[in-house]
Amino acid sequence: MRIELVPRAEPKAWARALAPVAALVVSFAIAGLVIWGMGRSPVAAFQVYIVDPLMDPWSLREIAMKATPLVIIAIGLSYCFRANMWNIGAEGQFIVGAIFGSWLALATHGTDAGMWVLPLMMILAMIGGALYGAIPAFLRVRFGVNEILTSLFLVYVAQLLLDYLVRGRWRDPMGFNFPQSVVFDTAATLPAIAGMGRVHIGVIFALIAVIVTMIVLGRTLFGYRLRVSGDAPRAARFAGFSQARTIITVFCISGGLAGLAGIIEVSGVLRQVQPSISPGYGFTAIIVAFLGRLNPIGILIAGFIMALILIGGENAQILLRLPLDLALAFQGLVLLCVLSADALVSNRLRIVRARA
Amino acid sequence: MKRRDFVAAGALAAMMAFGAAPAQADDPVKVGFVFVGPVGDFGWTYQHNQGRLAIEEAFGDQVETTFVESVSGGDAERVIEQLARTGHDLIFTTSFGYMEPTIRVAERFPDVKFEHATGFRRADNVATYNARFHEGRYILGQIAAEMSESGVIGYIGAFPIPEVTAGMNAYILGAQSVNPDIELRVVYVNAWFDPARETDGARALMDQGVDVIAQHVDSPAAMQTAADRGVYGFGQASDMIDFAPDTLLTSIVNNWTDYYVERVQAVIDGTWEPSDTWGGLDADMLRMAPYTNMPDDVAERAAATEAAIRSGELNPFTCPIIAQDGSEVPCEGDGVLSDEQVLGMNFFVQGIADSLPN
Repeated sequence: MRIELVPRAEPKAWARALAPVAALVVSFAIAGLVIWGMGRSPVAAFQVYIVDPLMDPWSLREIAMKATPLVIIAIGLSYCFRANMWNIGAEGQFIVGAIFGSWLALATHGTDAGMWVLPLMMILAMIGGALYGAIPAFLRVRFGVNEILTSLFLVYVAQLLLDYLVRGRWRDPMGFNFPQSVVFDTAATLPAIAGMGRVHIGVIFALIAVIVTMIVLGRTLFGYRLRVSGDAPRAARFAGFSQARTIITVFCISGGLAGLAGIIEVSGVLRQVQPSISPGYGFTAIIVAFLGRLNPIGILIAGFIMALILIGGENAQILLRLPLDLALAFQGLVLLCVLSADALVSNRLRIVRARA
Repeated sequence: MKRRDFVAAGALAAMMAFGAAPAQADDPVKVGFVFVGPVGDFGWTYQHNQGRLAIEEAFGDQVETTFVESVSGGDAERVIEQLARTGHDLIFTTSFGYMEPTIRVAERFPDVKFEHATGFRRADNVATYNARFHEGRYILGQIAAEMSESGVIGYIGAFPIPEVTAGMNAYILGAQSVNPDIELRVVYVNAWFDPARETDGARALMDQGVDVIAQHVDSPAAMQTAADRGVYGFGQASDMIDFAPDTLLTSIVNNWTDYYVERVQAVIDGTWEPSDTWGGLDADMLRMAPYTNMPDDVAERAAATEAAIRSGELNPFTCPIIAQDGSEVPCEGDGVLSDEQVLGMNFFVQGIADSLPN
């Protein structure tokens, strides 16, 4: 006996919409079983993991902050992925953006430079990320090099560049030689939103990115071109859309947004440059982009859920003393279930019995 | 005052009283730990976790301990704050990178006490602590020079930061006290915990003819790799003898147990102060694992050196100290380098075959 996946001719819209929800339910059920098997209460775990953070204003704010870089990067990636361009290097573009922006923060440190510093830092970060994203795009267009490999490899280059700067010329001269920069001046620190604790205005940038992308994809010729190039490359060519231009554009948008996320994280959360500024946001955002089905609103929700799961994992360690490994396993489980649900929506299972 | 406001004010006051209430006698003291690596790293974090377990053992029902592992720099502030919010009275943040987040959260929670390992920023409710690891590394250097046949010894460092640099200098000074012509090769893996890179580092050193390896990284990977080729090594942070039973000479073992128990006791007694603790062999914050796989005379000499350092008779950084460029380092302590000079050490002494990255 074996099981076959047979593609469905017309996957149902409601099934497609409900698939992620079903996937979450199934992953909770499996995780609950594991927790129960460890002799702990699955109900308490669900409470601490999911319910409490959603009920508590502080946790909600922290989730919003954690989701911010994920959403901004994933929104950028959605442009690439819609055009069938596999940008795996958002982590590197995030870092280079942070480097470009931080340069200004450090160059103006200790001066009485005013309000203009922060906006300029963000613009620089977007330029930096876009330029870095343009490298794999250029290599792809000019030489036909696989963008998956080049964009991924450039992540390591970016990490080492940051490492070099923080251990070298950007090191805080009063910091006993430890590898970190000075703490940014107020002029270079992303302000908190009044009444929202330490939540910085980067959260608003994430919302803007979502709204602008909805408009671009839904209402502009560029958005249309993007959809056509991704779904039907031949048709796009017949329509006279330049593929090279599309590739360069989507990589620049994607890199620019990743760069913006980078400077938001550094100036809003870390407030100084450290040798490592990202716990893998650029890679996690790939998952967020797909969980959100490359749809801006979907990405916003997916980013929020991903942040909830990450923070829930910490709470489970603190309040229930569940091990970190369980939190990591749970994250993997959610993804596996979402992908499986997707496969089941577009395919149906057929059980083939071996002949007697 | 309107009725609604009055009720709200009452509730607020009740919440504040609840939040600020000191630990009652029957209320367990809650102690939180933030770890940079997994508790199963068998090195740095493992030893801190041993300290946590010792607290539980010493105080039983009087305490409750919690830990969060593998916390990255960007997540630290949230994790520390969550510990403070959930009623922890004392929070240990056990990596240098947590310094700024610890200070920031401490400002928002003046009634919670914080202890930051290896940092230098303190506040009314933030203490710092560290161990004088370099004392043990001087002993390792002596043993290495006696055991090495090639006259070339190696060192795997995490980062070129003062703590690591001071350890390397103490190691070569110890080695030179036995063999003035000894040569030290250094590699950095740019991580505290990265077993694959630590392994590569060990291979790179052995390929250069190194026959004794010391490390300032957290996993036992390099010691296992050295053991495969029959090369001697020294464990760090915890006793790593199980990972290289035939080639490990000794380990410098971080002992946070006594300090942690003492600090929890101080919180219970209400005598906690934001102190700066930097203890060595004499304070038992640093211990030497048994001297193994070496001739008796080498082990005896190591034990004698250990005793001399513990009694204060010997200081690894006794002047004159000659820097790599041949200049004499100004002697700011009493015949030895001052604590500040060691904490900010940014030079190699003579005899190290590499230059300090900067």
